[in-house]
Amino acid sequence: MVPLSHYLALSAVLFTIGVLGVLTRRNAILVFLSIEIMLNAVNLSLVALTRATGNLDGQVTVFFVITVAAAEAAVGLAIVVAMFRRRETVDIGRFDVLRG
Amino acid sequence: MDGTQVAFYLLAGLAVATSVLVVTGRNPVASLLFLVLSFFCLAGLFVTLEAHFLAAIQILVYAGAILVLFLFVIMLLNLGQGEPGLGLPSVPVLALSALSGLAFVALLVFTVREADIAPITPARIEAVDLAGQATVGSTEAIGTALFRDFLLPFEVTSLLLLVAMVGAVVLAKRER
Repeated sequence: MVPLSHYLALSAVLFTIGVLGVLTRRNAILVFLSIEIMLNAVNLSLVALTRATGNLDGQVTVFFVITVAAAEAAVGLAIVVAMFRRRETVDIGRFDVLRG
Repeated sequence: MDGTQVAFYLLAGLAVATSVLVVTGRNPVASLLFLVLSFFCLAGLFVTLEAHFLAAIQILVYAGAILVLFLFVIMLLNLGQGEPGLGLPSVPVLALSALSGLAFVALLVFTVREADIAPITPARIEAVDLAGQATVGSTEAIGTALFRDFLLPFEVTSLLLLVAMVGAVVLAKRER
């Protein structure tokens, strides 16, 4: 039996790796991948807490998180494709059409 | 150490290693494939937590559908040839990451403190099974929860997917 704290610690480590990726990478696709790591870290903690409490709400929340991640990926990647057509790059530093 | 513990530490180590490779890799396709591996590890961790339905969904939907969408975009935009090297992150970036990680830990500690968490014992699981309820994490239990307690959010989710689909088509359509 693995204690709950180990699962939560792993979740925190994965979340921090994801944050590091979002802050350091310039490639929009890799920023998205880092966000997926963060979402999964949160999913892991939700499933672990579900196991610890016996309350199923956590797992249902994970189900919704996965759905929202799918929607986010579809719209986000469409934006990346549209920006690539305009700028010929996926460097987030060059995505500045909304800057006044 | 029993089998679950061995599986946990193996999968946890592999998940962290592949996630680091995703963030530090230079080739987007390699990063993506490492992320697929990381998601498989997480699916394995879900199995050790007896969330079998979510483990299947994790592989089918996340690794199978969402990441393949990323792969299509990377190949469509021809980004597979890598990019200039990534230096060591600067001190403010590292500090910010550490800060958000600590905030996440604080949130988890707060949650665990507030929630009434009794350790799961084999006896307790057996008691639940004997009471005739579906095992936590089974497809039946999740389905019952989704269609009874979470029916409205479930329907709203379908609307969200429709909106996302239309939005993605409109955004990616070539301007005339």
